[in-house]
Amino acid sequence: MTGDKENEIWRHSARAFFQAEVEHLMDRLYGTALRLTGNRSDAEDLVADSLAKAWNGLSGLEDRQAFEKWVFRILVNGFVSDRRRQKARPCEVEADREGEFSLFEKLHQPFLLWWGTPEQELLDKLLRADIENALDALPEEFRLAVVMVELWGLSYAETAEMLDVPVGTVRSRLSRGRSLLQSALWHQAREAGLLKGEAKGTAR
Amino acid sequence: MTQDLRCEEVIDKLLEYLDRELDRDTEDALAQHMETCRACFSRAEFERRLRARVRDISEAKAPDSLRQRIHAIMERY
Ligand SMILES: [Zn+2]
Repeated sequence: MTGDKENEIWRHSARAFFQAEVEHLMDRLYGTALRLTGNRSDAEDLVADSLAKAWNGLSGLEDRQAFEKWVFRILVNGFVSDRRRQKARPCEVEADREGEFSLFEKLHQPFLLWWGTPEQELLDKLLRADIENALDALPEEFRLAVVMVELWGLSYAETAEMLDVPVGTVRSRLSRGRSLLQSALWHQAREAGLLKGEAKGTAR
Repeated sequence: MTQDLRCEEVIDKLLEYLDRELDRDTEDALAQHMETCRACFSRAEFERRLRARVRDISEAKAPDSLRQRIHAIMERY
């Protein structure tokens, strides 16, 4: 009898807690899922499945302060295991085909500097869609590393642990991912004519 | 004991510096270098601002259908 009563109280408070946390995190989880899966319906499924697991496993979460990271971990695991099921083997991307790409260095070429402060100008003109496209175009493993560290603020060690890879692998995927991201932003900016000093069609 | 870093070393470690992944001494050495080196400072600023822009895209408005699904899941168990 007392057990039932206690259980009832626990469920009530768990529900209130879960609802408030989910409300607070929902847009971020969905936005993240959208970047990972690349489409709305898979993103919705991923978030719904992850939250179902979280709701079922809530009593196992000891530290409620850790809810955010815990749910994110469930989401990453769900994504990774879905991908494993879809592909016979994950496509390993070669980590170091080209050298590092730096947007800053590209913007600091004399012919652009002559026109003012190209880096501020680029940041002002970049649209949300530009960044989304650049991120979406990254190979999956690099994208995942960028999302985990840059969007969710995880440490390299936490990322490595969640993905079950060495920290060095996280470091190189992240560095390669950022380099490709900056390279994509640079090419998009050129194509959109965002760089004043660089008239379209200027050969260089 | 202050370490004197060259710009190339700073640039090499810049992303890990911004990720707060360096050990304390190296982090201090980079911070110190950037107090006096304008070039490295503006490069760090650029990377910081670009990151902030990238972080901005982590949210997207969740559709009502998703909210309804979550609601249903919570009712079921
Ligand atoms: Zn310097």
